[in-house]
Amino acid sequence: MLKEKREIVSILVDNRANVLTRVTNLFGRRGYNIDSLTVSATNNPDISRITIVFSCTDQSLPQIIAQTEKLENVRSIFILEHNNSLYRELLLVKVRANRAERAELKEFIEIYRGKIVDLSPSSIIIELTGSPEKLDGFLDMLADYQIMDICRTGITGIARKE
Amino acid sequence: MTGADMICELLLEQGVDTVFGYPGGAALNIYNALYQYKDRIRHILTAHEQGAAHAADGYARATGKTGVVFATSGPGATNLVTGIATAYMDSIPLVAITSNVVNDLIGRDAFQEVCITGITMPITKHNFFVNRVEDLAHTVREAFRIASTGRRGPVLIDITKDVTAAESKLPPPQPAAQPIYTATEEDIIRTSELLSDSTHPVLLIGGGAIASGAEDVIRQLMERCDLPATYTMMAAGILDPEDPRNLGMAGMHGTPAANRALSEADFILALGTRFSDRVALNREKFAKAAAIVQVDIDHSEINKNIPVDLGIVQDVRSMVEQLLPYVKPRRLERWHAKLAGWKEKYYKPSDDPDCLKPHQIMEIVSAMTDEKTIFVTDVGQHQMWAAQHLHHQHPRQFLTSGGLGTMGFGYGAAIGAQIGCPDRRVIHFTGDGSFHMNLNEACTAVSYNLPIISIIINNQVLGMVYQWQTVFYNRCFSETTPERKTDFVKLAEAFGAVGYRASTLEEFKTCLAKALQQKGPVWIECVIDREERVLPMIPNGGTFRDIILE
Repeated sequence: MLKEKREIVSILVDNRANVLTRVTNLFGRRGYNIDSLTVSATNNPDISRITIVFSCTDQSLPQIIAQTEKLENVRSIFILEHNNSLYRELLLVKVRANRAERAELKEFIEIYRGKIVDLSPSSIIIELTGSPEKLDGFLDMLADYQIMDICRTGITGIARKE
Repeated sequence: MTGADMICELLLEQGVDTVFGYPGGAALNIYNALYQYKDRIRHILTAHEQGAAHAADGYARATGKTGVVFATSGPGATNLVTGIATAYMDSIPLVAITSNVVNDLIGRDAFQEVCITGITMPITKHNFFVNRVEDLAHTVREAFRIASTGRRGPVLIDITKDVTAAESKLPPPQPAAQPIYTATEEDIIRTSELLSDSTHPVLLIGGGAIASGAEDVIRQLMERCDLPATYTMMAAGILDPEDPRNLGMAGMHGTPAANRALSEADFILALGTRFSDRVALNREKFAKAAAIVQVDIDHSEINKNIPVDLGIVQDVRSMVEQLLPYVKPRRLERWHAKLAGWKEKYYKPSDDPDCLKPHQIMEIVSAMTDEKTIFVTDVGQHQMWAAQHLHHQHPRQFLTSGGLGTMGFGYGAAIGAQIGCPDRRVIHFTGDGSFHMNLNEACTAVSYNLPIISIIINNQVLGMVYQWQTVFYNRCFSETTPERKTDFVKLAEAFGAVGYRASTLEEFKTCLAKALQQKGPVWIECVIDREERVLPMIPNGGTFRDIILE
């Protein structure tokens, strides 16, 4: 078996109906499973940016890039390389917490620069933004608590250089 | 003018004078416009939209022009799907124009509403949904540009009925830049060096050579470098059948010489071929001894199925033209002597004067027809026999569903080819299985008085699957012996065509001679033995070593 690696690609597409479907449909029918997906308009309202995280082998990466480039509505696609790109993700997590636990939690939420965005007598909701690794690390720290719900936006990313 | 008039004007602007299709409720405005334009645009009405899609495809394959098919919403549109997928797999330029319900009803599950753009997304190069008349002209022009440039393929335009009724003005066309592909000098030099350094070179030619009209430059290259060449089924006709350098077809049912040459070659120049699983039956073991240069207009084909040493993104014709001045004349006597030995040594089907043998049918048809004849096939054993034994002499002479393998393709495609090439003879080869799928198009051939000869190779079984069940499934003939009692002679007559039956070689010759005199459609049923096999054969995943010769 060839080893699969996590890849992140950024795709600039026409901001029109059905374009996201065309891209995801292509990934699906060529056998690539999407791990995370974010889409938003860019500063140019005619163009949207799709960021896709997926796993593939070194051999199959050029293939899906070439196939995606062929779509009429795709303007460009590039790989976001780990060492010269910035990735961010937003996490919302609901944790069961009584008064004592809340105090403990508050301490390391501050270390991670998260925010408590909602509070009830028995639970809190924490908001945290950062690299996916930071979010993973934060969730590891929550292992001793009862997590009631987790929601992550998936990665969006941008290349550092022009 | 109305949107429907605009569609007709745009077709004329794109050089379209023939369309295939079937009317319906949502298409009423378009068909009303076609009625007004009938002196300039000929519409061919088929029995079924699938037949219309295959006809537009056959028209495109035979003429090289973009085929156009019309259908109404809902079932009209879904009936095109197999035809569109067939064209997609074989890179055939096709524009399908479907009507949809009025925009007001879209999304309400209206009568005959279907989301055909969603359905055809993976089987079109691109598709469009038009619900504003302002977008119509640009979309139709874009559709023709996309279908006929780069790697060709089908494009679908779905237009809501209100758009076809709306009044608007036709905007003038905007000039579109034509993509120009050129190889770098470095790549051309490297190719020529690999070629001159090799002692066992082989040219592998695919459908891209036909799409780019490269037969003359390929034949020049072979002549200059004494290059042996083989072709995929999609490129049948690209080589001169009399040329000793022609090794015949490659792949699962290709010639032993061609397949052995590929497996022992030290250099392969692959022109417009994707190394499909019917050619490179085993991706890991295919042509392991060879350095491979792959030329394809579609950059996603480079390295897709087989890793290559050099990929050049270019159409075959312009690449070979660019390469020619760089290659030195040479002779390859020893390699050719080896190849000639292989040609002699391996499989030859045996003749039988008393019954009908498939290869003899093909040989007789080749002998009794002229070189301008167009051969169209359905899918199955008869298709392989036709690919193996007909004398293909010119590109666009052998029309067959290679990639999708669509049983039922043949009759529609033959109609399209005959409409596109009225002065040439069209012969349609089919099997009793394939023919039963879409023989309804006989009524179309009769209505338009098309002198298509359908040669029905009747072995009473679904032959290709029957053959696999014989060889690999211990003769468990699951659902391949339908015991049909169709009387093809009477059925032909019932349609208003002419039917003959032949069970011996002599009878077949007589029937074909009579058929060639007819002015309308003719069916010739050829009764053959159900145990006839397509040989040679390399099973899925096999290599030349696994070839089955008897």
